[in-house]
Amino acid sequence: MKWSLIFEISKALMVARMKQTLIAATGVMFSITMFVALLGFMNGLNTMLDGLVLNRTPHIRFYNEIRPNPNQPIDQSSQFENSLNIIRSIKPSTSRLSIHNSEAIIKTLEEDSRVLGVSPKISAQVFFNVGTIDLTGIVSGIDVEKEAELFAFTDYVTTGNYADLNQTNTIILGKGAADRMLADIGDVVQVTTAQGNRVQLKVVGYYQSGLGDFDNVNSFASISTVQKMLGEPAAYITDIQVKLKDLNSAPSLAREFGQIFGIDADDIQTVNAQFETGTSIRSMISYAVGITLLVVSGFGIYNILNMMIFEKLDTIAILKAIGFSSQDVNRIFIAIALTIGLVGGALGLLFGFLAGLGIERIPFETAALPTIKTFPVDFNPKYYLIGGTFSLITTYLAGFFPARKASGIDPVEIIRGK
Amino acid sequence: MRETDQIVLESKNIDKFFYNPTKTQVLKEVSFSINRGEFVSVIGKSGCGKSTLLYILSTMDTDYSGELFMDGEKISGKSSSFLSQLRNEKIGFVFQFHYLLNEFSVLENVMIPGLKLGKYSREELEHRALEKLRIFDMQDHAKKKANQLSGGQKQRVAIARALINDPLLIMGDEPTGNLDKKNSDIVFNKFKELAKEFGQTMLIVTHDPEFAAGTDRTIEMEDGRVIRF
Repeated sequence: MKWSLIFEISKALMVARMKQTLIAATGVMFSITMFVALLGFMNGLNTMLDGLVLNRTPHIRFYNEIRPNPNQPIDQSSQFENSLNIIRSIKPSTSRLSIHNSEAIIKTLEEDSRVLGVSPKISAQVFFNVGTIDLTGIVSGIDVEKEAELFAFTDYVTTGNYADLNQTNTIILGKGAADRMLADIGDVVQVTTAQGNRVQLKVVGYYQSGLGDFDNVNSFASISTVQKMLGEPAAYITDIQVKLKDLNSAPSLAREFGQIFGIDADDIQTVNAQFETGTSIRSMISYAVGITLLVVSGFGIYNILNMMIFEKLDTIAILKAIGFSSQDVNRIFIAIALTIGLVGGALGLLFGFLAGLGIERIPFETAALPTIKTFPVDFNPKYYLIGGTFSLITTYLAGFFPARKASGIDPVEIIRGK
Repeated sequence: MRETDQIVLESKNIDKFFYNPTKTQVLKEVSFSINRGEFVSVIGKSGCGKSTLLYILSTMDTDYSGELFMDGEKISGKSSSFLSQLRNEKIGFVFQFHYLLNEFSVLENVMIPGLKLGKYSREELEHRALEKLRIFDMQDHAKKKANQLSGGQKQRVAIARALINDPLLIMGDEPTGNLDKKNSDIVFNKFKELAKEFGQTMLIVTHDPEFAAGTDRTIEMEDGRVIRF
């Protein structure tokens, strides 16, 4: 089959109806531009909003929950083995909050190929003593470097340098807490732990996550500082946070590791189910809008091709008379449709990319999102691929019926009908 | 024996009906044959079925009963893509209304059936097309667009196009019907020239008795029947 001849004829037909062809291509271009820009923008926002919580949330968190011992002495007695034992007013046992054998657990996790990284953490309830008033708060003891690497800790330290936290007796205060205590950088705040130990900590920075409630209570110090505050040894850790390579495997891995280590394990899906739902619905809406745009431009192509066929009945008849088969005629019009789709689609992707660059420059400042200065845009090649593929599919479908109509034209009718 | 070898086109008992608005038989048992090198005209009154016959012979109309042979091969009942190929290779067409492709230049118009056949390279085809145009004194207009030509010029280009693949047979449906006397004479003379100098087999439908008189043989039709051949 001589495609070059088919393309030549398609080209000639398009040149003859340049204006309509351009309008059709512009329609495709516009819809692809919108599709790519819309999805990029929507997903940029999605990623940012999800990141607010998901970045900071470990995929799996290991901890010891305080609860009554499920193995009460009476259950172990052979005398009451077959009776229904009711015990009232059970108190939680004095089990430790700290994770037993934490170093071995961390080592095992770090060696697991599915795990991206592990970061230990201590949560300590404290009072900040401001004059005569005590403010409640939580100081999290963190491994500074790991926290920065895995949970984007640096993004949320709005003032001061996070690395200063490695010095002993330093603290990064939540912005809300700092405002209430009127604590400036370099000031020393007094902290009382639940056990009654008093410690003086130097403020080296502010932490602002964008979630006001969180910033009012949460502050950060290094693990060793918190261990010292609590008077606990170096192995004392209350949480092990794990970031996985694949977020979706969190529930199964949480179950697996929880059983192996014999501790409680929460996965991110269980803790933050609502975020996933929001994200998927938002992207669904943007896909729906984008595809609608494409379908509309597809109808435009359909119209223009139909018109072209009506105008070019003579040409089609003559082509058939001189030996072009129905299939050839069909291919000529499919080629026209695909050319429109290809040119419009390519330009659309280009303009969509430019539109993305433009949106990315629009200022977007809000106190809740300290790290965001402009609108976020996702330049994931996936959207460009989907947009390009869809432009070809819709233009092919738009060309399919007109092309079939053209190929079915009976040349005798046209030639005799004159 | 030699005679039958020479038959280019043969029809046997071709019947054709129109069903709209009522069933009418337009062709009744049409049988005749055309030999190689013959210049044949088909004449008859308007509505006698001569154009209908031509379109059946041209393979474009396949809705008929009877048998059609071309170059000794039976072509009735063949697939439409086979027939397209056949038209491209073996039949040249000249229509009443010129039917050049206005999107292309004169030269390209002549070349397109050749490009479709793909027997020659583009350069060769260009050369051949110019040669064919030269027969009709149209070589100077080769670069013009088809719609810049006059009616007579268009018809001459159309004949040149019909010749590009050295067809077995040229068919014409009133090729001079839409031309004034002067152009009509030019075109007619070209047909005669083709018959005499190139031995081209031609089948021309016409209602012009003068044209018919200049051909080797005249097939006369009346009411769907061949009454003289």
